[in-house]
Formats: sequence, C-alpha cells, structure tokens
Amino acid sequence: MKPRQKRFIFIIAGVAILGVAIGLILYALQNNVSLYFTPTQVFNKEAPQGRNFRIGGLVVEHSVKREGDGLTVNFDVTDTAKTMHVIYKGILPDLFKEGKGVVAHGKINESNIFIADEVLAKHDENYNASEVVNALKMANGAQSSVPASPVQGSSEYNKSSR
Amino acid sequence: MAINWFKYSAPSSFYALAGKLIPWFAWPAGVLTLAGLYIGFFVAPTDAVQSEAYRIIFIHVPASILSMFIYLVMAGYAALGLIFNTRLSSMMATALAPSGALMAFISLWTGALWGKPMWGTWWVWDARLTSELILLFLYLGFISLQASIEDPRRADRAGALLAIVGSVNVPIIYFSVQWWNTLHQGATMKLTGTSMHIAMQQAMFTMFFALWMYVIAIALSRVRSIILEREKNSQWVAELKEVGQ
Repeated sequence: MKPRQKRFIFIIAGVAILGVAIGLILYALQNNVSLYFTPTQVFNKEAPQGRNFRIGGLVVEHSVKREGDGLTVNFDVTDTAKTMHVIYKGILPDLFKEGKGVVAHGKINESNIFIADEVLAKHDENYNASEVVNALKMANGAQSSVPASPVQGSSEYNKSSR
Repeated sequence: MAINWFKYSAPSSFYALAGKLIPWFAWPAGVLTLAGLYIGFFVAPTDAVQSEAYRIIFIHVPASILSMFIYLVMAGYAALGLIFNTRLSSMMATALAPSGALMAFISLWTGALWGKPMWGTWWVWDARLTSELILLFLYLGFISLQASIEDPRRADRAGALLAIVGSVNVPIIYFSVQWWNTLHQGATMKLTGTSMHIAMQQAMFTMFFALWMYVIAIALSRVRSIILEREKNSQWVAELKEVGQ
C-alpha cells in the first residue's frame, strides 16, 4: 500500500471512530444536552427534583390569566399529552401567545405547579406574509372556527426521551 | 481541448489563475448583495408572526450555512494536503479559515440580536447555539494553532488534524434542532420543501450566493498572499512585475 493510501484510510477511520465516540457521548448525555423537559417527562419524574430546570411546550388556548398586580401570569403548558400549570412574575416576550411555543425556567413546588423565573418564546420555522395569513384567517373564520394554523410544530413537543 | 488541471496545483500557476478569477467572484458578490438587500428590505413582505424583525434572517441564515459549509471545504482541503502532500491544498485551508470564523461570528452575533426581541434572551445554552459557538472556537483554534508553529509544513499538518477532527461538529450543528429539545426552531429549508414565502426565499438565496461569491473572492486573494509569503525565496516570485519594483 502506498503511504498516501495509508494516510487516507487512517483519516477516514479516525473520523468514523471519533464520530461514533462523540455520538455515544451525546446519546448518553441526551437529557443534559436538551434545553428543556416536556410536561410528560416531568410527569414521569425524568426532570430533576428540587432543582431548577426548563420546561417547554405550547401555551394552552384560553389558559393565560393575569393576576391583579398586572405582573403575575398564570398559564398552562402542554406537549399535547400532559399539561402543566405555570406561574410567572415578570415581563413576557412579545411573541408569547396562546397556542404558541414557550420555554420556562424555574422549579416545581409542592402542589406540582411550575414557578418560573424566566419565560422565553419559542417560534416555529414558518415565515409568511402577514397579509396572506390574515386572508387565510378571514376565509377560515367565515366557514368555521378552525384556526388558520393548526397548532404548528406540535410534533416537536413530543420529542420525549427516546 | 483538454485542460491540464494538475498544472494549477502548482502555487506559481495558481497564483496567476487566482488573480484572474477574483473579479469574476468579487463583482457578482457586490451586485448580488445589493439585489439581495433590495429584495429583503423592499420586496419581501412583513412576516405574520415576527413582523419586521425577521428580516435579519437574510444575513443570519446565509452566514450560518456558509460557516458550516466553509468548515467542510476547509477540512476537505486540509485532508487533501495531508494525504497527497499538495502544498496548495493546505494553503487553501489556511486561506478559508478567517472567512469561516467571520461567518460563524456573524451567525452568532445576528442570532443574538434576533433572539433578544423574539425569544426574550440574547443567549441560551441550547444545542444549536452551543455547537455553533464551538464551531467559531474550532476556527479560532485552527488559526491560532497554525500561527503558533513556525515551520509552515508542520503548521499545515497540525492544523489539518484539528480541522478534520472538528468536522464531526458540523452534522451536530445541523441536526441539533432535530435530535434535542432546543429553543432554536427547526430548519425552514428542507429537502422535502420549505415553509417560507417565495419573496423571502428569493432574498435569502440571493444573499446566500452573494456571501458565497464574496468568500471565494476573499479566499482567493488571501491564498495569493499566502503563496507569495511562502514562496518568497523562489525564482518566479522574484520575476513577478508587482514584486520586482
């Protein structure tokens, strides 16, 4: 074998072995690499107990309620299988909306309510002209009460641990 | 007419070829940038969810794609240099690194500027953002490693190993949004189709090609400097009219 062929095989084999090794490490650390837990994972006690972590999912429609102080917000987060109640005191991002994605950082209290100290909005990968979306909404509204965008990206919130 | 491609693997002939090619990439880069920015600001409609703030996508996504693509090209050149001992391949890898680092930096920077108003945070340690940050560090590591070794041939080999090992990170960046829960949304551009308004796509692709042409032009001019520097004692460099004076 020529030295250059030897070097070629070394590089290919090296990258392959390294790739597999890193793949296994990342697979083992799956829960640490993921930014948030889904309500189902929290329900299955996969989330850390008594420690801060993030939960993510969709804000349930008609669940957002503001308290008298104007700063405290109550809402439910769902991954379409399980739902979790969240209380947050602070300013919400502009994109925070019912039916849209959200990631909250905080802790679970004794009565299984998630006390958040940070709420981030998670938007989806779809981009469309506002005129088009408004037109779709108008058309849909005339026929039935079906939302213009059926819970977008909801499958993404069912990525519980494999 | 058969072209002898191997002729251009000699630094002396590639130096001249690169000089002739640069305008063919630099001019399209400029024209496409103007066209892309025009479409992006005046033709592409307001987004339904993010209104005007989404327009940063026209620089963010092209820079992000290029930061990953340049890394693979750089690692490919580095591997060629390592396997075949071709000097020019290693010089191309060295020439691409600063552009790759710049694209990774633009990607992270525009991402932070976009993240604050939309997500509510400049930065979050999710898999996509963290792996892109590692990519920037890989570029900086490659540049520093090569700069720290005096002998160019040894610098090439050491850098090549780092570049090749680091290429494992690129698929991790790309698939991070599928493999793990991240704040960053999934891919808009997929092989199965896109979920983006057509005028927005036009602006994004125009900007992508503009940046791509820019990177080729700047890398070619950089490789010319590297060739001159490394071959400064050779006869053909002394005979160049831009050197002779």
